[in-house]
Amino acid sequence: MDERELTESAEELLGSLWTAHEEQSVPRGAGDGPEVHELAEAGLIVSSAQGAALTEAGEAEAAAIVRRERLAERLLADVLAVGDSVATEAACRFEHLLRRGIDDQICTLLGHPRVCPHGSPIPLGECCRSGAEDATRVVSPLADMAAGEKGVIAYIQSQRREHLHRLMTMGALPGAPITLRQRFPSFVFDLGNGQVAVDEDTARDIYVRLDGQTHAAAGRPHWLARRLRRSRPTRSPRGRP
Amino acid sequence: MTARALQFVRGLVTGQRGCGCTACPLTPALATRKLALFGSPNVGKSLIFNHLTGSYAVVSNYPGTTVEVMRGKARVGDALLDVVDCPGSYSLAPFSEDERVAQDLLFDESPDLVLHVLDAKHLHRMLPLTLQLIEAGTRLALDVNVIDEAENLGLGVNTAALSKALGIPVVATSATTGQGLEDLNALLAGAPAAASQLSVQYPQVIERAVARIRPLLRGEYGISNTGLALLLLQRDQGARSRVILRDPESVAEIDRVVSEAESQYPQSLSVPVAVARQRAADAIARKALTRGARRRDRRFVEALSQLTVSPITGIPVLLVVLYLIYLVVGRLGAGVAVDVLDKGLFRQHLNPPITAFIERLLPWPALSSLFVGEYGVITLGLRYAFAIILPLVAAFFLMFALLEDSGYLPRLALLADRLLKRIGLSGRAVIPIILGLGCDTMATIVTRVLETRRERVIATFLLALAIPCSAQLGVILGLLSRHPLGLLIWAGVVLGVFLLSGFLVSRVLPGEASRFYLEIPPLRLPALRNVLVKTFSRLKWYAAEVIPLFLLVSVLIWLGQLSHLFPLAVGALRPFVHVIGLPPEAADAFLFGFLRRDYGAARLFDVSAQGGLTGTALVVAMVTITLFIPCLAQFLVMQKERGLKTAVAVAAIILPLAFAVGFALNTLLKAWQVHI
Repeated sequence: MDERELTESAEELLGSLWTAHEEQSVPRGAGDGPEVHELAEAGLIVSSAQGAALTEAGEAEAAAIVRRERLAERLLADVLAVGDSVATEAACRFEHLLRRGIDDQICTLLGHPRVCPHGSPIPLGECCRSGAEDATRVVSPLADMAAGEKGVIAYIQSQRREHLHRLMTMGALPGAPITLRQRFPSFVFDLGNGQVAVDEDTARDIYVRLDGQTHAAAGRPHWLARRLRRSRPTRSPRGRP
Repeated sequence: MTARALQFVRGLVTGQRGCGCTACPLTPALATRKLALFGSPNVGKSLIFNHLTGSYAVVSNYPGTTVEVMRGKARVGDALLDVVDCPGSYSLAPFSEDERVAQDLLFDESPDLVLHVLDAKHLHRMLPLTLQLIEAGTRLALDVNVIDEAENLGLGVNTAALSKALGIPVVATSATTGQGLEDLNALLAGAPAAASQLSVQYPQVIERAVARIRPLLRGEYGISNTGLALLLLQRDQGARSRVILRDPESVAEIDRVVSEAESQYPQSLSVPVAVARQRAADAIARKALTRGARRRDRRFVEALSQLTVSPITGIPVLLVVLYLIYLVVGRLGAGVAVDVLDKGLFRQHLNPPITAFIERLLPWPALSSLFVGEYGVITLGLRYAFAIILPLVAAFFLMFALLEDSGYLPRLALLADRLLKRIGLSGRAVIPIILGLGCDTMATIVTRVLETRRERVIATFLLALAIPCSAQLGVILGLLSRHPLGLLIWAGVVLGVFLLSGFLVSRVLPGEASRFYLEIPPLRLPALRNVLVKTFSRLKWYAAEVIPLFLLVSVLIWLGQLSHLFPLAVGALRPFVHVIGLPPEAADAFLFGFLRRDYGAARLFDVSAQGGLTGTALVVAMVTITLFIPCLAQFLVMQKERGLKTAVAVAAIILPLAFAVGFALNTLLKAWQVHI
């Protein structure tokens, strides 16, 4: 793969091609801007009269871009609790700053989320596939928490309305404090003044902002700044000249 | 004026107070009001219903007991109430059939007063439904129930503050101890208060969408336009179908508004709606709840609860529970009670004089054999029903009621979930399965608590195949208690068939695996009265179901004997019975089994007691009759709940399977020369 840095507009085009592919809609005309030439030269797209299509290398690159963008959205929404309209905008710019390597760390920090706050799937990264756990995660699926760990429900990721509904009616709403009691044979947790038992699939849908980091959402992002600083040396695996 | 005065005096004489005019506060409310009970599962709604109406709805310590609408009449003070108990529902936007029933009721019956019953411990979580009912424009009162448990946890509820915040009357009760029920009566006796004007602050997108939808709803609905608009925004099908009927021209516009609002959110709009409601509910609950010291030390109960759900101690606890069931059903029920009633009462003291009396009364053997003799209605039918079946079933129902009310069943459900997932069920299925050990027919009805049709079909099949009912269980435990190895083989084979066939069926049946989520209620010491009432009510159901069938079966057999059809059928069964190594007398037990599962077991008990079955044959017979075709009653219920096709398919699988397993077991036991 070409190891050159892509321009912002080229990355944006790749991202929109990915989204069009995902939604199975016809991509809007790629136009004839410099980014089209840039991507075609890099071997990431094939441009024709019908529009632009991703090559195999282009697909991988686009997936990485979309992944970073959606992770950035997740980060802003779950941890920094930035309002939705601001988050999407900020995420767009933020995404360009996240480079390979960091996205895996952010992904781990957020408990390997599967969907962005708008419900679009986040492409898997190395970290999700290897299943390596980082002790410094802030958000975690209930299924990956240890017995005794506490937190506040950050969001429930479920594509099925009835599952979502059932969980909500039992009091598992974003913002509800939760303490995991046991993991086996079923997940049992304290919720309000009662206890609820769920199976592992359901526990995987409940994302919890772990205790201790809870107040980071109230505008104290210094832990994040620290993380980003610490991660900087690993920032250029793309071999910047 | 004089006319009114006269009427007033007449009223005093006839016992009717008031002057007869509608405006006068002295006028008794003669018109019947309709009262609907709403609330989440397991908050004691049924107990409140029982208290009001004096009738009996089954009450349990697990969610989902009321699967149908219960109706009753109540007289509270001067008010006559038509009380409707809705199935438990968490929200007005329904997701299951029983929740849909609750919504329909609100839409179609427009009750004069709605009483929302909730659990004081979970005030935060359950207030959102109160808010929804207020939004729906109902005349509402709130009953904060289970106040005793909340007080034990150190939670106090300030009903005055709650009433002020919600704008509706509020009472605090404990239906189990009777605390506060007087206040509830007083509240219900009065005229319903006006609807509350409280409204929840939703996100702008939703508020705007509601404001756009409301004027589009011109028809008459049972609920307010705001409530209806919110249901429509959550894509509630029940609400939409009503709009299609009453405001067909608005549907397209409404759909557009909904889609627009939806595009602003990642998931269904029910999430932001629920979050906003929860926020409002939290604010109200904060005003009304006081937190003090725990009144009673719950550490012991919590430790005990921990023992029941931890994987290491949970299994031993389960074994202890099963052993207790065995002691009560197997030893006390099948042993002592059956001995006393069957051998003692019926065979020694009742049958001989009755036989003599009937034979003298009806000197024609063809006729007298209808009542007395080998298959007589009295000497066989009534004896089986009262002396063998009823004591067993009573013992089992007593144990089941204790388990239910203690809150053990949901704990068992979470322990068993992983195992049950393997056979296409979920932890929830524990409830019908354990109940099936009492009566499979009743349990087949209770499979309604399961979430998916696939799960319900698998549970129905397994109940019919491998869950022995208490009559069978009692007979089996009674007969095999002298052969521990035999009991072990029986249990192993039946459990094996249960798991293996469940595994295979779950592979074959299409559909998605079901999820498991269940609230775990606190462990409670069962109240003796509730346990007895519940046992009695189940027995009443059972007796009403069983005794007519027993009598019918006796008559059928009598007819069969007279017309020589019965021996013919028994003769036809004999080869099968012979193949699995049983004596010919066992054949009619299987024929009986067709008609009633427990009847067949009782017959085997009889054959064996007379020395007809021993050792290996006994074990094989027990396994075969356990797996054998469901009884007539169960088949009818299967057909009603799951449809004729499923019922026939289940029976068609089970019949050959039972004999095949019996044959295989007999062959293996013989080949390995196992002596039991």
